[in-house]
Amino acid sequence: MDPKLKRNYTLNGVAVLLLVGGLFWAKGNLDGYKIQIMNLIAVYIILALSLNLIYGFTGLFSLGHAGFMAIGAYTCSLLILPATYKQTMFLLQAPMWPFSVMHAPFFVAVVMAGLVAAFFGFLIGLPVLRLGGDYLGIATLGFAEIIRVLANNMPRVTNGALGLKGIPSYSNLWWNYGWCLLTLFVIIRLVRSNFGNALKAIRDDEVAARAMGINTFRYRLISFTIGAFFAGVGGALLASLLTTIDPRMFIFTLTFNVLMIVVTGGLGSITGTVLAGIVITVLLEWLRFVENPISFAGMTVPGIPGMRMVVFSLALLFIILFRHQGIMGRREFSWDWIFNFLRRKGEA
Amino acid sequence: MLNNDAALETEALTIRFGGLVAVRDFSVRIPRGSIVGLIGPNGAGKTTCFNMVTGFYKPTEGRILFNGQDITGWLPHKVCSAGIARTFQNIRLFHTASVIQNVMVGARIRQSTTWWHALLNLPSYWKEEREVREKALYLLDAVGLKQFADEESGGLPYGAQRRLELARALATDPSFLLLDEPAAGMNPNETQELMGFVKDIRNRFNLTILLIEHDMRVVMGICEHIWVLDYGVTIAEGRPEEIRSNQKVIEAYLGEEYVRDA
Repeated sequence: MDPKLKRNYTLNGVAVLLLVGGLFWAKGNLDGYKIQIMNLIAVYIILALSLNLIYGFTGLFSLGHAGFMAIGAYTCSLLILPATYKQTMFLLQAPMWPFSVMHAPFFVAVVMAGLVAAFFGFLIGLPVLRLGGDYLGIATLGFAEIIRVLANNMPRVTNGALGLKGIPSYSNLWWNYGWCLLTLFVIIRLVRSNFGNALKAIRDDEVAARAMGINTFRYRLISFTIGAFFAGVGGALLASLLTTIDPRMFIFTLTFNVLMIVVTGGLGSITGTVLAGIVITVLLEWLRFVENPISFAGMTVPGIPGMRMVVFSLALLFIILFRHQGIMGRREFSWDWIFNFLRRKGEA
Repeated sequence: MLNNDAALETEALTIRFGGLVAVRDFSVRIPRGSIVGLIGPNGAGKTTCFNMVTGFYKPTEGRILFNGQDITGWLPHKVCSAGIARTFQNIRLFHTASVIQNVMVGARIRQSTTWWHALLNLPSYWKEEREVREKALYLLDAVGLKQFADEESGGLPYGAQRRLELARALATDPSFLLLDEPAAGMNPNETQELMGFVKDIRNRFNLTILLIEHDMRVVMGICEHIWVLDYGVTIAEGRPEEIRSNQKVIEAYLGEEYVRDA
């Protein structure tokens, strides 16, 4: 094997081991709040990676992520909630068969959540992926809204506006980071293969891609469906992490948060997405202080709810104005890059 | 000069855009292994003909036969997989991709492994990806761009971008190549080189080549047969020396200046 490749594989292995070690340490030493943030980071990275595949690498401006997440979250929750518990929780109307009795272990439930979301992604993709640019954005946004309205108005499946409560919290650091690593693996493999080259070619110049024999519709549909799968997985993990979901959770703001991570990290950069996923999830929590009353130099500023999002919107505005390609642009951190950098430093 | 073995044949191709007839009754018969040209003033409908043959436009009337098979109305990727590749008048590279990735995208259509092979880590997948890379390097070598393989394609000089577009088209394993103004923007030296190069790839890859060109030295120098379009109508066809002396062509396209030089 190429020694460089061997070195990179070894370093990847070491990085994963370090992550595992870090998680062990975190579990033993950090409080629940910090662990919860770490969990959210992993989930947001999964969600942002899947959107980056759709938007960053294939150039499909999709705003339907909240919809796929909702599908994933409800599928998983209904699968892991005990049947007896479902009967008592559904206050409006009794749950419909087979939703009332279906049950599966957590891993199967998450995979099913991904598959159902992917199926919906495929169905919605068939008509809307023929659209381009802004039209696609509008159509997918509409789709996400439809899903939310359906969730609100199908009490026998979703318990309507009351939502699902007491979802077993199987989701923990191991599950979340395991899925996060799997998502990373899949997306890296995809975009580094010649299949991925074709996806990027469609993004760069669709006409030329078609002339080169690429069935652009098929490629877009595959990319969109895989993206929907991982959005569903992310939604499932989130549901089990928060233990309660309701339709209000899946409003556009959720898509916006994910989109913000992708744009901040850089469209078409995997490491950028990971980096931005960490930074933004931490900031989303840390910035809560701006919503609390602040005492400064003897003056007290009353807390304004929603101030966090104002700060974020401003931050996004600045990113788009001054660094519209995001933190990383389309570049990636890689072992090769780090070694070249160190070598240059050494020579200087 | 036309023998029976036609690579591409069009029968009375006509396309209308609303009330405008962009091309009327375009009929050509291109012998296998030849280099032929399509010329005409700006807006005569040459690129429209290319777009019909490659499936980007659906002709209103007429038929396109490729190796005897009716490919009228096929989608572009189908046409490409049948063995017709093209380049563009305004270079259309995948500008964020590296030089070699551009060529690899062209080779994608002949790959049998796909995305889930990549995920399953199958040996057949790795073998084929390696082969695609080697094929791309071979083609880059053929067009003299091997040393730029890992550069970003958008940064290449103009002439090199044209050659890269050609390498990308060749990567689809075509038997028929459509070149849309390959010499556009080239200096006389580069043009001279290009002529030798086009002949060379024809022989090396067993191609039939149809080219649109404004540079008369290229057209007269390498084309064995020429069709002349004006306002969408074929006003003349024949060998270069026949075209050169055709009064209609001179009037429509070549102009007095060319007559004087000749």
